[in-house]
Amino acid sequence: MPNKTAIKLDEGVSEKTFFSQVSRRRFLNYAGLTAGAMVFASSCKKDLRGGESASDFAHEDPHNKPKNTVNLGSGDIGVLNYAYALEQLEAAFYAQVNQTPYAGISGKEADYLQDIRQHEIAHREFLKNVLGDKAIGTLLLDFSSINFSSRDSVLATAKAFEDVGVSAYNGAGQLLQSPDYLLYAGKIVSVEARHAACLRDLISYGSFADSTAVNSMGLDLVRTPTEVLAIASTYIKTKIIANNLPTS
Amino acid sequence: MNLNNIITEIEKTDPEVYGRLSGRRQAMKNFANLSGKIALSSLPIALGTMFQKAYGKSTDIITDVLNFALTLEYLEKEFYDDGLASVGLIPAGADRTAFENIRLHETEHVQFLRDTIVALGGTPVMKPTFDFTAGNGSMTGPFTGVFSNYDLFLAVSQTLEDTGVRAYKGQAGNLISSNEVLTAALRIHSVEARHASHVREIRSRKPSAFVVGIPDPWITLNQSNVASPLVQPNYNGEELLTQAGVNIVGINGFNITADDASEAFDEPLTKEQILAIVDPFIV
Repeated sequence: MPNKTAIKLDEGVSEKTFFSQVSRRRFLNYAGLTAGAMVFASSCKKDLRGGESASDFAHEDPHNKPKNTVNLGSGDIGVLNYAYALEQLEAAFYAQVNQTPYAGISGKEADYLQDIRQHEIAHREFLKNVLGDKAIGTLLLDFSSINFSSRDSVLATAKAFEDVGVSAYNGAGQLLQSPDYLLYAGKIVSVEARHAACLRDLISYGSFADSTAVNSMGLDLVRTPTEVLAIASTYIKTKIIANNLPTS
Repeated sequence: MNLNNIITEIEKTDPEVYGRLSGRRQAMKNFANLSGKIALSSLPIALGTMFQKAYGKSTDIITDVLNFALTLEYLEKEFYDDGLASVGLIPAGADRTAFENIRLHETEHVQFLRDTIVALGGTPVMKPTFDFTAGNGSMTGPFTGVFSNYDLFLAVSQTLEDTGVRAYKGQAGNLISSNEVLTAALRIHSVEARHASHVREIRSRKPSAFVVGIPDPWITLNQSNVASPLVQPNYNGEELLTQAGVNIVGINGFNITADDASEAFDEPLTKEQILAIVDPFIV
């Protein structure tokens, strides 16, 4: 069944943290009063967060309410927030894929898609922690254009996200000032490229690095933040202000 | 670690290494003086410092990196040239098509790097003579049969691609002063990762005496999935579980295991580590 609900991406608050931020009584108030949100919670369950220790209700933390507008900021922080936005998109997508596997999914495909979800969560949370209080908030996502019950729809979207991710990191490297951040981006982008090749092979075996990914000089995809965010805007409802990002 | 071997290897890609190190004798003397004063565990750092002095001030640091990359691309290209030329090695169909595609990319990388080095006013290094049995020219090394045994060929291919990813990653910081070269290097880096992913996929579908476990497209801990201890240095360090001081395992309450955490981040190797690793392949 196509998911017609705008997915609110919950944030990385552990159960322990959640209960330290929200008293038991307030928690009960949330549980009793926000019936609409409870529907959301029950439809997303644990897998959206990719972890058994995560609270089903963490997204009810008012600090994690999706933002209408975020400003990525400038300098290296802006570039890291740009990456954080993309990892939010990827992680939430794979969480939904694992939550509602498409019909006829093979064991191998399920294993790969679960691994990829874990990697994207790790990327997202890593960037969030590195950014600290400079991190943009939770993005409001919209996967209504994706048919999660269809193998073709899910794998095509996954492939597109991974190829875009590779192109985004390849284009963002030169925007970073810090060699340390550049190295962390490098550690992530090759894993995204492994994902991209894997998904391409699942769709059409042997297409891991065909001419739609690698040009005649043997170079992979590259895109500017403007190009990437235009593509991602199909799935991101939060307005992302990126005009303070470095351009070279 | 054999300092002589390392310097000899670097000489193959950089004939001026002794000049940079103020001559071989002086380099040895400097090192001897240094090594007398420091603990054995600090040797890699001391070595790094010595080479940094030799290379760090060079205005040619970018062409040095590109020549280092070129040497690795020569290695990969010739490996696939030889493999594709070996009758009966690579099965016709999807496998052969894939390796022809990979060989094409490595050939393009050689050309791109040579062109870029020339454009920057440098001189591309010559292609070394390779011994893909990893026998340092004996042609009877531990990988004897690499062009007649497809399972061994796949194991070496996977190792070369995974190592190529680590080599480029380790050089990114050295290219940060040039947007154009850095971006090109990143775009080659991710192509190598795509290759690695596919070769690992091929191996996951073809169990053999050379395959340990079932390889994923990504690297779990420091597992090579290759039944040879010789390739272990190519994978050591991939098991890192913290990044920028952040523990990735269980991060922010998420159920991220050690396997997940190591897979999510690929790790770099230094130029010196790479040169030591590829030493047996260079005559």
